[in-house]
Amino acid sequence: MKGVPFHRRKETKLVLRYLIATFLVVIFVFPIYWLFAISFKTPGEIFAFPPVWYPKSIQFNNYAVLFKDGDAKTVGNSLVLSSVSTFFAMIFGTIAAYSLARFKTGGENLGVWIISQRMMPPVAIAFPIFLFYVWLGWVDTYIGLIILYTAFSLPYVIWMMRGYIEEIPLELEESALIDGCNRWEVLWKVVLPMARSGLFATAVFTFVFSWNDFLFALILTRTEVMTYTVQVTHYFGGQSNFWSKIAAMSVLGTIPVFITVATLQRYLVRGISMGAVKG
Amino acid sequence: MAAIAHPDRNFKYCLISPAIFLLLLVGLFPLIFSLVVSFMRVTMLETDTSFAGLVNYVQLFHDARLWQSLLHTALIMVIALPIELLLGLAMAYLFLDRLPGRQLLVSLLMLPTIISPIVAGATWRLLFDNRYGPINQIIGWFAGHPVPALWTVNPGLVYPAIIFCEIWQWTPFMFLILLAALSNVDRSLTEAAEIDGARFWRSFRYVVLPAIFPVMSIAILIRGLDLFRIFDIIWALTAGGPGTMTETISVYTYIQGFRQFETSYTAAIAFLVIALLTVIVTWAIRRMGLAK
Repeated sequence: MKGVPFHRRKETKLVLRYLIATFLVVIFVFPIYWLFAISFKTPGEIFAFPPVWYPKSIQFNNYAVLFKDGDAKTVGNSLVLSSVSTFFAMIFGTIAAYSLARFKTGGENLGVWIISQRMMPPVAIAFPIFLFYVWLGWVDTYIGLIILYTAFSLPYVIWMMRGYIEEIPLELEESALIDGCNRWEVLWKVVLPMARSGLFATAVFTFVFSWNDFLFALILTRTEVMTYTVQVTHYFGGQSNFWSKIAAMSVLGTIPVFITVATLQRYLVRGISMGAVKG
Repeated sequence: MAAIAHPDRNFKYCLISPAIFLLLLVGLFPLIFSLVVSFMRVTMLETDTSFAGLVNYVQLFHDARLWQSLLHTALIMVIALPIELLLGLAMAYLFLDRLPGRQLLVSLLMLPTIISPIVAGATWRLLFDNRYGPINQIIGWFAGHPVPALWTVNPGLVYPAIIFCEIWQWTPFMFLILLAALSNVDRSLTEAAEIDGARFWRSFRYVVLPAIFPVMSIAILIRGLDLFRIFDIIWALTAGGPGTMTETISVYTYIQGFRQFETSYTAAIAFLVIALLTVIVTWAIRRMGLAK
């Protein structure tokens, strides 16, 4: 590079970086594009050889089939389970996080115990829970899965919210106490509004974790509360003639997550790393 | 100061008790339940609940398929984790400086990480199809003739297939965390464009790496644990096949419990896994000072 003016060298580097970056993005997005493309293809286009890379026209027949057969209701089940469990996990998790952050309840050991709950492999927990649920009659019920998802989200919510709450200046709470608020009012009127962006980010991830769950749903649902992830695997057969359904159902299950994440995108980097990076 | 730090005892326990109750209900109680079962000899056909001692735990040591499944899990982890880390780090450097449309490109890269692993597995199953998938088609362009590789069936190709899918889904996760970590390091140290190779490596080794190390180790811990319990992607791609070739510990536990209905034995496997992980995780958390 000797002899090339400095600013030119920098520009070349920028162009090069831009090309590599675009190339990488294309590679990483391509599989998702392919999934969406299949969901709009006709059977003839799906099973064309060599493969065709885009559908000639957008047609929604593959989706219509899912709604006609009632399979699309599994997306509704996922929605109910994920949103209700996120709601409860946020309430119980946030107040528990407040207790840990402000009063050091249980010392450091309780915090470690709570986060270690999150690190257990689901399959090791799932089998004991299955036995327990059979005994309670909770298999294939909304309450069973909502309680499970709530409990499974709690360590994450507590961990994240503790970080956010610790950043709130203590003085605000003290002056509210002096002004005559009781402790619940301090929590409700001072702490929660201050931690609002943290609450949003944590709720999004809690929702996405439950939404994306497969193993618990596979084990603990049968027909009534089956989620879309389990429904997708039901189309895997010896023959691959359910491709249109696999693709359409996957897209139905993916769009709500894309929308949620797109709207709250700027909060998400910290949430994805479990609070490892402040920002 | 004193007022907020010394609440009445009821309040602080009141706040934390619903969470503790739920964690005990689905965390601790089923564990005790299954610990008891693991000392019995219950299967789908056998409902005798008399105690059988350590018979299931002894069987663990004679179960070749169990140890192979642990080996498969370790194999996937040992290959996928370093690739995700290095690729993620390289990509983080690439996106660190000013780049037109940076925000949009980073958001697009986030997509694989937020979709369900089961959908990721299903997607790659479609991509890997020997006849109607685009991967063999693309390889065919370079090879000059059609390539009918059976990615999810051929013993030589199933691991690459699983690892491709895994890397595709989780490299962006590493990338996002490392990008955030690098952004917090002093700009003059990370500006690779300004300095020559040798100085770049020296500043990386002695300044940047120590600065991002805490965050990086948490990312490695999170991904390591996720890889240890890998299930969904494999279930969607190969279901543990061909034969038992890609059976990981999670897949094997699932098959023992819900296909073979070896109730007591599965409980014992679950305990082996929990014991292994408890030791490792507790050590890692304390070691890394994550508790603080």
